[in-house]
Amino acid sequence: MLQGHVIVLVAFAYLGVLFGIAYYADQRADAGRSVIANPYIYALSLAVYATAWTFYGSVGRAASDGIGFLPIYLGPTLMIALWWLVMRKIIRISKTNRITTLADFVASRYGKSALIGGLVTVIAVIGILPYISLQLKAIATSYAILLQYPEISMPPSAGGAPLGADTAFWIALILAAFTILFGTRHLDAAEHHEGMVAAIAFESLVKLVAFLAVGLFVTYGMFNGIGDIFGRAAQEPALQPLLTPLEGVAGGYGSWVWLTILSMLAIMFLPRQFQVTVIENTDERHLNKAIWLFPLYMLAINIFVLPIAFGGNLLFPDGSVDADTYVLTLPMAARQEGLALLVFIGGLSAATGMVIVETIALSTMVCNDLVMPVLLRLKRLRLAEQPDLTALLLGIRRGAIVVILLLGYLYFRLASEAYALVSIGLISFAAVAQFAPAVLGGIFWKGGTRLGALAGLSAGFAVWLYTLLLPALARSGWLPIGFIEHGPWGVELLKPLALFGLAGLDQITHAMIWSMIANIGAYVSVSLVGTQSADEHRQASLFVDVFRQSGEGSGGARFWRGTASVPELYNLLARFQGAAAAEAAFADYARARGLRWPGDALPADAEFVHYVEVQLAGAIGAASARVMVASVVKEEALTIDEVREILDEASQVVVYSHRLEQKSRELEAATTELREANERLKELDRLKDEFVSTVSHELRTPLTSIRAFSEILREDATVDAAQRRKFLDIITKESERLTRLISQVLDVSKLESGRVEWQGARLDMREVISDTVTAMDQQFREKGIRVALLLPPQVAPVTGDVDRIIQVMLNLLSNAAKFCRPGAGVIEIALRERGGELRVDVSDNGRGISDEDQKVIFDRFRQAGDTLTDKPKGTGLGLHICRQIIEHHGGRLWVRSRPGEGACFSFTLPIEPAQEQAA
Amino acid sequence: MERDEAKGQRLVALFILGCLLFNYPVLSLFNVSGDAFGVPLLYVFIFAAWAVLIALMALAVER
Repeated sequence: MLQGHVIVLVAFAYLGVLFGIAYYADQRADAGRSVIANPYIYALSLAVYATAWTFYGSVGRAASDGIGFLPIYLGPTLMIALWWLVMRKIIRISKTNRITTLADFVASRYGKSALIGGLVTVIAVIGILPYISLQLKAIATSYAILLQYPEISMPPSAGGAPLGADTAFWIALILAAFTILFGTRHLDAAEHHEGMVAAIAFESLVKLVAFLAVGLFVTYGMFNGIGDIFGRAAQEPALQPLLTPLEGVAGGYGSWVWLTILSMLAIMFLPRQFQVTVIENTDERHLNKAIWLFPLYMLAINIFVLPIAFGGNLLFPDGSVDADTYVLTLPMAARQEGLALLVFIGGLSAATGMVIVETIALSTMVCNDLVMPVLLRLKRLRLAEQPDLTALLLGIRRGAIVVILLLGYLYFRLASEAYALVSIGLISFAAVAQFAPAVLGGIFWKGGTRLGALAGLSAGFAVWLYTLLLPALARSGWLPIGFIEHGPWGVELLKPLALFGLAGLDQITHAMIWSMIANIGAYVSVSLVGTQSADEHRQASLFVDVFRQSGEGSGGARFWRGTASVPELYNLLARFQGAAAAEAAFADYARARGLRWPGDALPADAEFVHYVEVQLAGAIGAASARVMVASVVKEEALTIDEVREILDEASQVVVYSHRLEQKSRELEAATTELREANERLKELDRLKDEFVSTVSHELRTPLTSIRAFSEILREDATVDAAQRRKFLDIITKESERLTRLISQVLDVSKLESGRVEWQGARLDMREVISDTVTAMDQQFREKGIRVALLLPPQVAPVTGDVDRIIQVMLNLLSNAAKFCRPGAGVIEIALRERGGELRVDVSDNGRGISDEDQKVIFDRFRQAGDTLTDKPKGTGLGLHICRQIIEHHGGRLWVRSRPGEGACFSFTLPIEPAQEQAA
Repeated sequence: MERDEAKGQRLVALFILGCLLFNYPVLSLFNVSGDAFGVPLLYVFIFAAWAVLIALMALAVER
């Protein structure tokens, strides 16, 4: 007879041992000598996968369908072979980004979206409730059965018991208290729970030993070995179907495959597996051992499942004993009091291990990804200004643990009675499988968007609710059963167990097919249709390309631009982690950079802000950390284009191709310039030819007359003296013209080639004008020209080559003299100072210049009037030279005239600036 | 890094092998009456294949 208090005492003693181990491991961790930093502990902690489901439920499942329990362990064995590719990546990402939960991981991947974090948390909490209720049920049932020892009788349904008399309720509360002690004694920045991991590893050993003990006892103590059990089972007609179960009692290959897939996903995405595999991982290389040790553990704990199941079926053929309890009832039937107690402890360890890790993981999620984002956004609470929030964080987590366990208990009361252990657990597996598309897609496909993930998760979760959770509640009588049998409102197509008429499958397979179609379909299609924000794009690249980035911290910092202050960042960190942790974090950072903290000034650069954000993410999750950091720094948002530019592998190529394009543009420009230069050269060449031919022509005209008259004088001696004198006059005049022409041609060529030496001197234009007029005085008098001078009393000096300016004046005056009205010529010379320049007007009263001629008279060898009929009166170079000279001095030369009204040539010269005048 | 890659590839190969072993049609070959060492063929096959797979995985990562 086992007294109730003995069982309770043993159970508490066991929990006490666990706590002692955890305490010891925590002490060691604080002293820097971690006990869990080795691959064996890591592999054992992964075995938290084996819960009361494995311990009691597998046998129950095997007793009814032979082999249906196995995919739950074969799936993880297969999946773990892929861990080297998948899990190593997830671990690397999580360590780089200080991910603390699965929800944090998904939220962080999709642009640190608080909404996604919240959704994942809700799915995880609701999805895991059946799983927690399974543990409560197992502990409560095993306790109730053990209490009857040596009688073997199934406990009555707990459905009607009052709360206070229900063992499961007390178990839930005790586990909550125990979990709070374990997981939330203090706040760890990285969410490492070394003590918990050590305790879990120990629990894994206990449940394995207990199960192997009962397996060995049943096989070799109650029967004569495995062969004996199967030999006797072969004799039993009722057990025949269990010997070749596939396509029979265990269902078809379809459900076999789906169960395998389901458990492949569960081993990665159950919150507690994520916790021990990813968050509690201390060294990536531990995966090496875990990859074969963990499957080995599963093989070991499953070897005796079939013998126990068949043994139970042989010993209790009438079905009075629930197969889920064979593990406990078989030793009881053999009157093995001690072994039965060991089994109870084994089952307790399996259940507590699961509950502790699962609720700690879930409470972190609830706190970081559900409650804190909401609280931080409620401006009314002024949380952001609180000096220390660590107590609040711990409080939320403790509250969450209690609430989750009570919800688990609620589910146990509502829906667990009608189901076997494995069936309850599979509902949870199907829920967490909904994370697979968002997570796996997120780490291998950059195109997955926030909206895509939201759509996929929501769709998958909705289908899960409809096809698994609601039927479970309906079957327990909490919803009308007609809802299952005839569909809602009698619509047969919407029957939750045969959606759209897909019948003939087991419930899990059916739910998985539809939820995966909805989930993956929504995730992919919404992602493909939508676009990513800059944040999403950056995070996608950080996740997918995690192996291409060098060490911690360098990844995110590239994408940050802004200004921050070190004290503000310090206060922020201290608020959420406590001053000591903040101090340590700053000191670490400073040490890594060869600085001292406090003491040296830390640069508040992008890298540092990123470091603080990552530290903070450890305490409150990525989404909240981002909000908090953004509240104390001035951040410049990067545009999507900038992020792309930083990110894309192609960006280098783009840069190169930009450069190439630029080069080719430059080349093109250079080519155009060359072509233009060439055109100019050709034009100049043409002008030169023209010039040469014109000059030759102009030279020949006087030469011809000189030669003609000289020949006459030489050949003809009869020319009288007067005639001779006239001819000689012509020759002299033509020679003069020739000389003038040649000197002007030389002048032009000098001016145009820039070989003129300009003399710079201050000159007074009044003097220049009066000197020129004086020089021309004789000529004017001969022609009877009246000259009017309009000179102001004083003008500002100009700088220039006095000889050249005089040359211009002489030219203009002689032109005026040449063309003014014969006999009654009037030349007016006006000097004015206006707008920073001097202006000289030389006007005559001649016949004027036509519009066409005005355009060309400044060109070389062009003269007004018809050169063919009129006798040329000049060389045609004078005005051209004048314009060149004036333009060289920075002025302009132009003409205004109307035919019959004379012409007015004007030029300007700039006045020197004032300061030069002063000097 | 190259060693990591080779390891990853060996493990992927084992994953595919496992998928073949624990699936139709291989399983159906053993889902028949008959026994080895007094144990139904299917159970012997699954546990033996499982053990071999684990051994191969250990070889693949520890080598």
